[in-house]
Amino acid sequence: MTTLTSPLPADVPAARVDARRPAGRARRHWRGAGERPSPVATAVLLLGALYCLLPVVWVVVASTKSGAELFASFTFAPSTHLADNVADLSAYRDGLFWRWMVNTALYAGVGAILSTLVSAMAGYGLAKYTFAGKNAVFNVLLAGVLVPAVVLAIPQYLLLAELDLTNTYWSVLLPSIISPYGIYLARIYAAAAVPDEVVEAARTDGASETRTFFQVAVPMLVPGLVTVFLFQFVAIWNNFMLPYIMLGDDKLFPITVGLSGLLNQGASQPAMYTLVITGALLSILPLVALFFVLQRFWQVDLAAGAVKS
Amino acid sequence: MTTTTAAPPGGRAARAAAPSARATGPSTSGRRRLAPWGFLAPAIVLFVLFLALPIGYALYLSFRTEKVSGLGLGSGSRTEVWAGLSNYAAALGDPEFLASVGRVALYGVIVVPTMLGLALLFALLLDSRRARARTFSRTSIFLPYAVPAVISSLLWGFLYLPGVSPFYDLFERFGWDVPSLFDGDLVMFAVANIAVWGGTGFNMIVIYTALKSVPSELYEAAELDGASQVAVALRIKIPIVTPSIIMTAVFSMIATLQVFAEPTTLRPLSNAISTTWTPLMKVYRDAFTRGDLYSAAATSVIIALATFVLSFGFLRLVQSRAFASEK
Repeated sequence: MTTLTSPLPADVPAARVDARRPAGRARRHWRGAGERPSPVATAVLLLGALYCLLPVVWVVVASTKSGAELFASFTFAPSTHLADNVADLSAYRDGLFWRWMVNTALYAGVGAILSTLVSAMAGYGLAKYTFAGKNAVFNVLLAGVLVPAVVLAIPQYLLLAELDLTNTYWSVLLPSIISPYGIYLARIYAAAAVPDEVVEAARTDGASETRTFFQVAVPMLVPGLVTVFLFQFVAIWNNFMLPYIMLGDDKLFPITVGLSGLLNQGASQPAMYTLVITGALLSILPLVALFFVLQRFWQVDLAAGAVKS
Repeated sequence: MTTTTAAPPGGRAARAAAPSARATGPSTSGRRRLAPWGFLAPAIVLFVLFLALPIGYALYLSFRTEKVSGLGLGSGSRTEVWAGLSNYAAALGDPEFLASVGRVALYGVIVVPTMLGLALLFALLLDSRRARARTFSRTSIFLPYAVPAVISSLLWGFLYLPGVSPFYDLFERFGWDVPSLFDGDLVMFAVANIAVWGGTGFNMIVIYTALKSVPSELYEAAELDGASQVAVALRIKIPIVTPSIIMTAVFSMIATLQVFAEPTTLRPLSNAISTTWTPLMKVYRDAFTRGDLYSAAATSVIIALATFVLSFGFLRLVQSRAFASEK
């Protein structure tokens, strides 16, 4: 196919277009088609951006307001009480809020690291070895993607209660480590980014299977594993039902369960609202920062891995 | 562009090299036979403990019930017995459950097409290269993905609240009467909006990534033939990214059936959200407020089965359509 070779022979397109319209216009159309700006397209995209930014801009503005101003002043008129609000929030029950932040970082950070490691090992095992039962194992693991969290929540609670592990860090951390989707991604990345010859070369050099994995395969898998880590980090950070069910002690809460509880109190004490709003702002800052720093990893672009190898 | 033409020879070379390299190390076959199981062991153990075992336990519980003898006092008066399908019959006949299923069905009908429609539209606009401010828009639209559902429900919850909302200010200025989003049927749209806001960006990135893997020669040729951008999008781009759209639809449907965080967070602000507003909220209430684990287990098994039937049914429907159009 001529169309698949990138430098197009100049005479072919001209001949094809000639039948319909003057060659000059057609060529300009071809050259510029992708680049000619369209105000409608820009406006639609900006409208979408505005819609998505609205609540974020609002929370930044609202966290500068005092409790009275929240209901009195115009929605997007900023005030000067941000420092007071942060101080009030930090003072709430001896800094309980910051404990929630640390808990969240712990659940999401440690959980995602362990999850990435487990997924990478399983994905590598599935991609780089042939063994009896391989497809069965993969299919069973993959079926886990479709299992709704709802069937798991109650029995997970009961099983962990048998082990006296409910209302501990373990009760949220342990169920978060297994990620069928992470294993699926890791298998694809390992198949694409780790060439068989490299693994074989390491083996001929006398490296053990474990060493081959950690010292040869893992470095090649890093970009893919960052993606697995990010997906799992956000998934744990987002998970509301699991900690909501497992934890009773509010010192162990992640930020989501903690703030939801504060909002509940706000129904009777409106002063709580400013705390909730300031807490919401502070809690999304780290994620938004992480999101910007690692933005280029947010593309599940499988072709890129294949080209690099 | 160049990589597509360069790939086949490179791929052939790699494939040709692989078998000869593999032949060099047959002596370590025993160690190699065990190695994959070693790599898979942690995943399998965790899978069994936190997925397989809980599923089995939920199934078991759903067929059990507690029998109360005498006055129900003392520890010996309550015994667990087999219940057959009575938990399932009770759940399916429960008007509260059926009402919650109806709500979630309507919620899904609103959320999934709106969210995926917007995601596809934004992805196509980003890909067309004709819009300005594309990086800014892409980042902004994807940003809600970094906001947990509980926090986004908090933010929107305040934006719906009459004293705080900018919309009420605006409407009052025009002297219009504003219906409260927290009352009656409108609360459905209030919750749906939060899901659309939170999910559009992620799905947009999935579709956009798929669009970028389309060789641009494919539609440059069409543009050359005078096809408009809209025609290129409809005839070439959308058919090529259809598999991505189908998968995002399946995952969105699964998420929809399990909606829990958004309405639970909004509950303190709205009287229209009951404790059994969605099926999952009802499961939570039955299990942890009422302590009836058995009927909660049966309800969650029903939700899981419905999820499977819906996602596989949808996939089959879509596949049969795709085959029909091929003929």
